[in-house]
Amino acid sequence: MDASALVIENLSYRYDKGAPLALDGLSALIRPGIVTGLVGPDGAGKTTLLRLLTGLLRPTAGSLRVFGLDTRDQAEKLQRLIGYMPQKFGLYEDLSVGQNLRLYADLHDVTGAERQRALARLLAFTGLEPFQDRLAGRLSGGMKQKLGLACALIRKPRLLLLDEPSVGVDPVSRRELWRMVGELVDAETAVIWSTAYLDEAERCREVLLLDGGRLLFSGPPGTLTERVAGRCFQVRGISGDRRRVLARALQQAEVQDGIVQGRDVRIVLRSGQAPPAPEPFAAGAEARLVPVPPRFEDAYVDILGGGPGGVSALAEAMRPLPGEREATVEAAGLSKRFGDFTAVSGIGFSIRRGEIFGLLGPNGAGKSTTFKMLCGLLRPSAGGSRVGGFDLRAAPGKARSHLGYMAQKFSLYGDLSTRQNLEFFAGVYGLAGARRKESVTRMIEIFGLTPHLKASARELPLGFKQRLALACAVMHEPPVLFLDEPTSGVDPLTRREFWTHINGLVERGVTVLVTTHFMDEAEYCDRLGLIYRGRMIACGAPDDLKAQVASAALPDPTLEETFIALLRQWDEGEGAKA
Amino acid sequence: MNGRSRRMAALIGKEFVQILRDPSSLLIAFVLPVILLFLYGFGVSLDAREIRLGVAVRDAGEEAADLVAAFRASPYFRIEVARDIRPLEAELMAGRLRGLVVIPGDFSRRAGRAGDFAPLQVIADGSETNTANYVQNYAQGVVRDWWNRRLQESGRSFGGPELAPRIWFNPELESRNSLLPGALAIIMAIIGTLLTALVVAREWERGTMEALMATPVAITELLVGKLFPYFVLGMLAMLISVAISVTLFALPFRGSVAALLLSSGAFLLAALGQGLLISSAAKNQFLAAMAALVTGFLPAFLLSGFIFEIASMPPAVRALTHVIPARYLVTNLQTIFLVGDVWSLLLPNVGILLLLAALLFLLTAGKTVKRLR
Repeated sequence: MDASALVIENLSYRYDKGAPLALDGLSALIRPGIVTGLVGPDGAGKTTLLRLLTGLLRPTAGSLRVFGLDTRDQAEKLQRLIGYMPQKFGLYEDLSVGQNLRLYADLHDVTGAERQRALARLLAFTGLEPFQDRLAGRLSGGMKQKLGLACALIRKPRLLLLDEPSVGVDPVSRRELWRMVGELVDAETAVIWSTAYLDEAERCREVLLLDGGRLLFSGPPGTLTERVAGRCFQVRGISGDRRRVLARALQQAEVQDGIVQGRDVRIVLRSGQAPPAPEPFAAGAEARLVPVPPRFEDAYVDILGGGPGGVSALAEAMRPLPGEREATVEAAGLSKRFGDFTAVSGIGFSIRRGEIFGLLGPNGAGKSTTFKMLCGLLRPSAGGSRVGGFDLRAAPGKARSHLGYMAQKFSLYGDLSTRQNLEFFAGVYGLAGARRKESVTRMIEIFGLTPHLKASARELPLGFKQRLALACAVMHEPPVLFLDEPTSGVDPLTRREFWTHINGLVERGVTVLVTTHFMDEAEYCDRLGLIYRGRMIACGAPDDLKAQVASAALPDPTLEETFIALLRQWDEGEGAKA
Repeated sequence: MNGRSRRMAALIGKEFVQILRDPSSLLIAFVLPVILLFLYGFGVSLDAREIRLGVAVRDAGEEAADLVAAFRASPYFRIEVARDIRPLEAELMAGRLRGLVVIPGDFSRRAGRAGDFAPLQVIADGSETNTANYVQNYAQGVVRDWWNRRLQESGRSFGGPELAPRIWFNPELESRNSLLPGALAIIMAIIGTLLTALVVAREWERGTMEALMATPVAITELLVGKLFPYFVLGMLAMLISVAISVTLFALPFRGSVAALLLSSGAFLLAALGQGLLISSAAKNQFLAAMAALVTGFLPAFLLSGFIFEIASMPPAVRALTHVIPARYLVTNLQTIFLVGDVWSLLLPNVGILLLLAALLFLLTAGKTVKRLR
C-alpha cells in the first residue's frame, strides 16, 4: 500500500467562472502518523483545500486521492473516513453538549456499546463531562473548540481536518487542543491542521505553505527555517524605547524583518547581508547584536518577501498631538452584572498619552465587556471611566468623539463597497468637503485599498477587511484608539503591518488600548492588564509580570508561560480561600 | 435500525429539540396563527354594516319624513339628518360620512302626484369604491322597498314578478366564514415555506451545514430530516387553528376530518417543497425570508382567492394562479368548512397539490447536491 495517506496531483480550483484560481496546480503528498500544518496568508487557499479534501467541492482540474479514494466520485465512502472541524466548529449552539455529541455519533453510525465507549472517552478526554447538559452556545471559546474536536473524533477518523481551530482561542486552550490532537495521532491517522499561528506550524512534523493558491513549500518546518539560518539576530542590552529601536532597525537596508521580543528586538537580515553595526539603531551604549537560532516565522516572512518595513505612512500623515503624558483613559471600579452573573468586577487602570495598554485574558474572562463599557456601548453597573477627560456617563458624545474604535467582529457595512464604507464613516465622524475627500484618498493609499475599491466589504479577504476596519476607525485622527482583537485570524505579514501603524501612531501621541491573543503582540505593549474571571488579576509592564513568576525552574519565562503561571497562581489563591 | 433510518431519526430528533428551544419558531408556528385568526375573525370584515350616510331633507312633507324613517330603519345605514346640505358635505369631505342622499324641496308634492317623478340625489365617496357601490345599491334598495310599500298601502299595487333570493352555504353572507379558511392556508404557507427556508439558511450561516455535509449522511436524509419535523409542526398549527376557528368564531365545519387532513397535508408538502427549493439557492436568512415572502406568502394572500376573487382577475393573472398551491387549498377548505365533502371537487385539487409537491421535490433534489457549490 502507498505510504501516503493523501496524494494531491496538479490540483486546481476556481469558485466561479472568470474568478481567479483559488488553488493553482497544487501537488503534494501527506503522510499518516503525523500532524501536517497548513499555513499561509489570508486567501491563500487553505480552507478551499480542506473543503476539497472532504469532497464538498469538486476539483476544477487535477486529482485528489485520500487513502486511495478519489474525492471526485467516491466522496461518500471518503466521508466515512474523515473527521472535519470547520471554522465555526460546526456546533449546534441551541443543543446541549451531550446532544451535539450524540447527533454526530448517529450521523457517523457509531452505535451500541461502541457509542457508549466513544462518548465516555471523548467527554473525559475533553474535560467536558461536567458540562454535558450545557447548551453549546453557552460554552467559552476554548470549550466550544474542544466540543467541535470531540464531534469530529466521534468515529475515530483516518483523516482529521481542522480548519483554524485556534482562531480567537486563548493560549491555555490552544495548548490543550494541541496536546489532545497529539495524543490521538497514531500510525494510521493523518491530521491536517490549518493555522495562522506559526508557533503551532513549527510544532508540526511537516507543513504545506500556500500563498495565492500556490504551494510555496512542503516539508518539515526545519527545512524551511534553514533558509534564514545565520540571518537572525537579537539586539540585546537596549536602553530606551524598544519600539523605536525596532522602527529604526527596520529602516536599515540590510534588515528585512523585525519584531519586539521581550526586552530585545529580533531582526532578520536580507539574504547575503552582513550584520550591521548597532549604532544606527540608537539602542544605547550597551546594545549589541547576538546571533540567535532561526524560527519558522522568520523563514515564513522571508519566503513571502519580507516584512512591511518600519515606517507607518498612516502615522507620517498625522500631525503630532500636543500635550504631556497625562492620563487620557481612566477606569475606576468598573463592574458589570448581567442578572446574577458578574461579568466584570472592580476593574481599574489608567493609560497615559502615547502609551499602549494591552488587555489579555482567556475567552469569556470579561475583556470585551470591559471594552464595551470603556466605549460607552454598555452601561457599567458600578464604577465609571473617562476618555480624554470626559466622563462616559456624563458626556458620552464628547468622550466618544475622542475615540477610534475597531470592534472584534466585522462591523462595517458588508453590502457597501470599500470606498462607500470609507465615505460613510468619514461622514459619521463629521468630516466634510475637501477634508473628507482628502482623508478618504489618504486611507486608500496608506492601506493599499485601490484594487478593492469597488468590491463590497463582505467579499474582501480577511486581511483587507481588517485594514478597512482600521482605516475607518482612524480616519478622523482620534487621540485615543480602542482595538478589540484587531489581528485575530490575520496572517503574520498583515499583523506586522498593523503593529507598524500602531507603533507609529503612538509615536505621534495617540493612546492605544488593545486586546489580543497573540503573545508576541502583547510584547509591544507598554503595560498589560491580565483579566480573568471578571477581575484584573495582574497589571504591569511585560517584563515586570515575567519577573513576578520567574523561579528557579523557570528563570526566563516567555510571556505565554507567564500568562499561564499567573492564571494558575490566582486559581490556587482563590481555591485556598474557598 | 439500519444506518439510514438512524441518521434520519437523529436529524429529526435534533430538529425537534431546536424547535422547542427556539422561541421564534414556536412563535411562528403557534402564536402567529392565533394572531392571524383573531385579526381575520374580529378585525377584518368585508361586510357593509352601518355605513354612515348623510340625509339632507329640504322638504317638510309627510312623504319625505317617511322615507327618512325608512333609511333610519335600514341595518346598512347609520344616518345623520340635516336641513342644509353644506355641513353634510363638509363631513363627507372629512371622511366621516360615506355618502349623501338629498331629498329636494318638492319631493313630497311630486311623490304624492300620480304620473310624476320625484328625483332623489345619491352622492357616494368614490375614493373607496367598494363602499361607494354599497351606498348606491343599498340606497336604491331602501327607496325601492319604501315605494313598493307605499303602493301596496295605497292599494295601487299592480302585482308582477318578485325576487325571492336565498343564499346557500353562508346564509348571513358572513365574510368571516369565507376568510377564516383562507387564513388557515396563509398560516400553513408561512410555516411550510418561510420557516423551512429560514431554518436551512440558518444552518448555512452558522456553518453547521458544512459540518453535516462532511459526515456520511446522504442528501435525501438531510432533506427528510427537515421535511418531517416541519410537516408535523404545520399540521399541529393547522389543527389548533381549526379548533380555534370552530369553537371561538363559530365557523361551521360541514366536511370530515379526513378531507381536512388530506387537503392540508397535500398542501403542506407543496409548501415544504417550495421552502426547501428556496433554501437550496438562498444561503442567508435575509434572502431566504424575502424569497419565501415573495414567492410563498404574498401569492397565497393575493392570488389564492382568499380575499380577491380569482374569477374577476385579468386572464394572465388568472392563469398564474394555477401554479399557486394555496389556490387549491383555499377552495378545498372553503368547501370542507361551508359545504361538506364534495369529493368530486376536493380530490382533483388534492391531486394537483400532490403533483406540484412532487415537481418541487424533484427540482430540489436535482438542485441540492452534497456540495458547497
